[in-house]
Amino acid sequence: MMADLNKLTVAAARDGLRRGEFTAVELTESCLAAIAGAGALNAFVHHTPDIARAQAAAADVRIAAGEAPDMCGIPLGIKDLFCTKGVPSQAASAILQGFRPEYESTVTQNLFDAGAVMLGKLNMDEFAMGSSNETSTYGNVINPWKTAGGADLTPGGSSGGSAAAVAADLCLAATGTDTGGSIRQPAAFVGITGLKPTYGRCSRWGIVAFASSLDQAGPMTRDVRDCAIMLGAMCGHDPKDSTSADLPVPDFEAALTGDIRGKTIGIPKEYRMDGMPDAIEKLWADGAAMLRDAGAKIVDISLHHTKYALPAYYVIAPAEASSNLARYDGVRFGHRAKLAQGDGITEMYEKTRAEGFGKEVQRRVMVGTYVLSAGFYDAYYNRARKVRALIKRDFDEVFAAGVDAILTPATPSPAFALGSMADADPVQMYLNDVFTVTVNLAGLPGIAVPAGLDHSGLPLGLQLIGQPWGEADLLNTAYSLERAAGFVAKPVKWW
Amino acid sequence: MSIDTQTAAKVAKLARIKVDPADLPALAQEFNTILGFIEQLNEVDVTGIDPMTSVTPQRLKRRADVVTDGNQQKAILANAPDAREGFFAVPKVVE
Repeated sequence: MMADLNKLTVAAARDGLRRGEFTAVELTESCLAAIAGAGALNAFVHHTPDIARAQAAAADVRIAAGEAPDMCGIPLGIKDLFCTKGVPSQAASAILQGFRPEYESTVTQNLFDAGAVMLGKLNMDEFAMGSSNETSTYGNVINPWKTAGGADLTPGGSSGGSAAAVAADLCLAATGTDTGGSIRQPAAFVGITGLKPTYGRCSRWGIVAFASSLDQAGPMTRDVRDCAIMLGAMCGHDPKDSTSADLPVPDFEAALTGDIRGKTIGIPKEYRMDGMPDAIEKLWADGAAMLRDAGAKIVDISLHHTKYALPAYYVIAPAEASSNLARYDGVRFGHRAKLAQGDGITEMYEKTRAEGFGKEVQRRVMVGTYVLSAGFYDAYYNRARKVRALIKRDFDEVFAAGVDAILTPATPSPAFALGSMADADPVQMYLNDVFTVTVNLAGLPGIAVPAGLDHSGLPLGLQLIGQPWGEADLLNTAYSLERAAGFVAKPVKWW
Repeated sequence: MSIDTQTAAKVAKLARIKVDPADLPALAQEFNTILGFIEQLNEVDVTGIDPMTSVTPQRLKRRADVVTDGNQQKAILANAPDAREGFFAVPKVVE
């Protein structure tokens, strides 16, 4: 058996499986062994080796028979936000302790139909609310990257477990979800590639809802090609999600020609933040130069309302969360508080939700309740939705003027130390999503591509933003950037 | 706009989350920080702008108004903290 099968890309594993160089069972065993040795990262929180072995054996039969889909036999980690039938699916919350869905999310079903293998469920911020994976009921995920002699770093969030697992070679790829940057920010923090598709590209059915008008699932992978392959298997129209787009799914991998001659790439001046580290400023300029060298035209653009994206997001997302999370009432599923003599149904709700929700989730549910309450609905919620319309209009105008994609940094900093934000006010943590949140508000596709290291050796990512439904073109631009950047660094194994 | 402990208590009540009275001042302070951040939205001229209702302009799909699912009592009750005789059980609601 070949060594280190767990380190393969999806594309290399697909090709090796077809050439008979190894089996899906061997590939899966290699990942299971890597997971067993990586408890210190706290990335996998529910292990499903029996399911994985059965799926791998079935995949081997299918591959031997020929005509198996690309994802057949590929071992994946699944973010805990996805409902997986009979397997704990808790959204990293104590309120869903013991919940085992009676159904399968559409995205995981699509992946399993394509023959993919589930190794287990991945840690995340509670209900996907967080940017550092520190709000999880399972505890922090540790970033596999470290600075010399440095403290444990965050892998980012909310898809922190997915990011750490892919970066540490515990699985070939993972599912993530992105409401304000939750795929792209952690991908950048661990040096992998993460794509948030256009809103409506992937079905939201069976994914625990946070903010329904912003949530979107996407792939987290080692490179752009793997993103293209995995997205093709995840997405597609689903009658069970009324916002799922009934559009044909292109062959995303076939779009990867690397030829971006004649494309126009916009550089938005509003993304130049005060206090941004020099390394990120330089990475951004280098990225633009790489795309120019590849034949693209680089133009300065303006996205006027960028400054207001985070404040609008922190009205809209909590408002939707307060509605979506009303279902956790201790009646139909999950945790119910132990009641005192004489407690009625209101006490049951209040105690259950106080015990089951963590601090950040409680805070956001209450902020959402406030901005939707009588007398404030117009001042906060409706105003935020108007600003959101303006943010989208900024993008529409830029695309109408001929811009094909927009290049920005993925994050305003490299990964920071776990615990370092403990005394900061919540708004400081929210600023992590400053470059990514506009994309969710406008429903656009965005991809984070690892592009360099900072002075302390930590990975940094660039973000490309594409036109609605333009994932194929966006992936091709990302592919060109990836080839030019030549990022190959990996974390040194310490776990 | 400043939130006092009384408003914080009211919001907690509306959200059906029990908050210890001792924790209300800190909670009110956090709300004020977040709302202070949100207040920036007042700088934006939104005259004549409609609130966004859908990020991708598309007509929601229609389907025939027929039953497509059902008879899943066991599956629906499978995760209930307290299910009895085919029902969800809760503390007494009506005296």
